[in-house]
Amino acid sequence: MPPARLPILAIAVCVLLIVAALLGGVLAPYAADEADFGAVMVPPYGLEGGTVAHLLGTDQLGRDMLSRLIAGTRISMLTAGAAVLVAGTIGVLLGLIAGYLGGLVDAAIMRLVDAFLALPFILMALALVAALGTGVGNIILVMILTNWARYARLVRSEVLSIKRRDFVLLARVAGVRPLTIAMRHVLPNAQTSILVLAVLDVGRAIILESSLSFLGLGIQPPDMSWGLILAQGRTYMGIAWWLTVWPGLAIVLAVVCFNTVGERLRVKFDPRGAL
Amino acid sequence: MTPPMVEARGLFKRFTLPRHSLFAASRTVTAVEGVSFAIPAGTTFGVVGESGSGKTTLARMLLKLEQPSEGQLLVNDQDIFAQTPAEERAYRRLVQAVFQDPYGALSPRMRAGAIVTEPLRALGVHRRAADMKAAEVLELVGMRRDAASRYPHEFSGGQRQRIAIARALSVDPRLLVLDEPVSALDVSVRAQVLALLREMQQRLGLTYLFIGHDLAVVRYLSDAVGVMYFGRMVEIGPARDVLRRPAHPYTRRLVALAAAEAPLGVARLGGGTLPNPLSPPSGCHFRTRCAFADARCAADAPALREIAPGHNAACHHLDAIAAGTKAETGPLLEEASRQRAV
Repeated sequence: MPPARLPILAIAVCVLLIVAALLGGVLAPYAADEADFGAVMVPPYGLEGGTVAHLLGTDQLGRDMLSRLIAGTRISMLTAGAAVLVAGTIGVLLGLIAGYLGGLVDAAIMRLVDAFLALPFILMALALVAALGTGVGNIILVMILTNWARYARLVRSEVLSIKRRDFVLLARVAGVRPLTIAMRHVLPNAQTSILVLAVLDVGRAIILESSLSFLGLGIQPPDMSWGLILAQGRTYMGIAWWLTVWPGLAIVLAVVCFNTVGERLRVKFDPRGAL
Repeated sequence: MTPPMVEARGLFKRFTLPRHSLFAASRTVTAVEGVSFAIPAGTTFGVVGESGSGKTTLARMLLKLEQPSEGQLLVNDQDIFAQTPAEERAYRRLVQAVFQDPYGALSPRMRAGAIVTEPLRALGVHRRAADMKAAEVLELVGMRRDAASRYPHEFSGGQRQRIAIARALSVDPRLLVLDEPVSALDVSVRAQVLALLREMQQRLGLTYLFIGHDLAVVRYLSDAVGVMYFGRMVEIGPARDVLRRPAHPYTRRLVALAAAEAPLGVARLGGGTLPNPLSPPSGCHFRTRCAFADARCAADAPALREIAPGHNAACHHLDAIAAGTKAETGPLLEEASRQRAV
């Protein structure tokens, strides 16, 4: 197969989303929760009644949709990012321990991983939110609990193959301490697979957060996320489609782009040896 | 005679395989079976055998990567599996290894300099001192000084093996475990690396455990040779005796094949199949492929017997074979086919 072209568009969208998440309000033309009852449900620019002042239109309270989407990007991306980061760290550590120590420790950790992977994640998320309550912190916690197990499993299998390689055996012969071997030899050689999983996971986390928020179990107003905007606009879907289409598009675009980049990375790094 | 630097006494290594199910009996494979030998300081002991003969397991035990199930392994009269942490650290400095695959032995993500200094740094040597030593050993093995700043993929197979040797030499070891160090190299490069190993031994007074499957290569370096078949040492003795006057039928066949410059392969060894390690043949392991095997070979395992000073072989029919009076009864074909079926 010829090498696939770089998904430049997908990378650009990912970068744009990350920038929007980091800068947040600076980019937005209005404050996200600034109501303007003189401009309620203004359609997007280009439609009859639309203005340049509100490119994507306004909602039932006259809040600028573009500003709300940007504010939503911030929460959606930051929760997804934080969740992936923490879940990845926990999973990588446990996977390293399981793969490295083997035996009973390995069995215990991997049975726990199996248990977590066996539960449908929306079900587990609903149960956890019901128990812990909503809020940004709890949403991140829920996403960590539903995601760490896959990192643990991936890293364990990487460790099992890497620790049999000659340079690891030779490091042991040289008397290099196990922790140093893990940090110097095992992790660097597992890092590409971890990175690929993490990028793919950002898309998953966005979906999870949006689903929870849509169901009213995630982000609560006045905070904003794509799923929440979508849920709030649902009532007016018949008369103002832009209230639901923009956040829906944002979710789709983000997930598709992160998945594309992740998939591309996977294809690039999977055939081993090509450094 | 000088006391041996390395001494193996009745070494066994058994691996327990994972069970098929909770209720299946656990299965054991014996990789090394009652192996004893001694390596005098400053000499090379060559171990010859096919893959699966247990020679690499032997090397790994000497490197403390595997623990023997039974028996003792002594280095400088010290049981290496009964060491205090301080003794173990000292041992790590004493023994180093070079493995077969020059691609796998060097971490692809480290520069040659870091690879060479890793053992020194693990011993707590200061960075600058380690770097100086790295430049010194790289030069010693014939690499250019600027090699230290390059990554493994920038080197050829022979150069990588030189780097691996430099790394092994960096801590001034006394004992090198060479597990097929030239088997993966091109023939042209092979001779250079072998010459380098011999030069290092002469210059630094090193003791080698050299593992190989190529008799010509083993002959080049070894003072004494042990021939392994299926975990057992079937013949052991001074290199020139074992290779010029092989006594065991297995060794005889190896030597005949090497003389014909044929690659050592199962097909060329002829007769019978490689036994199944889960159910090794009773008695003499080699009888399923041996031209001289008879009922006695199936009944009991031959012990090593001295046939010349320091030259031992484990075969019931040594005298008859040497005298040329033993008829070629062929492998017990019935037995061989049963082995195939298992």
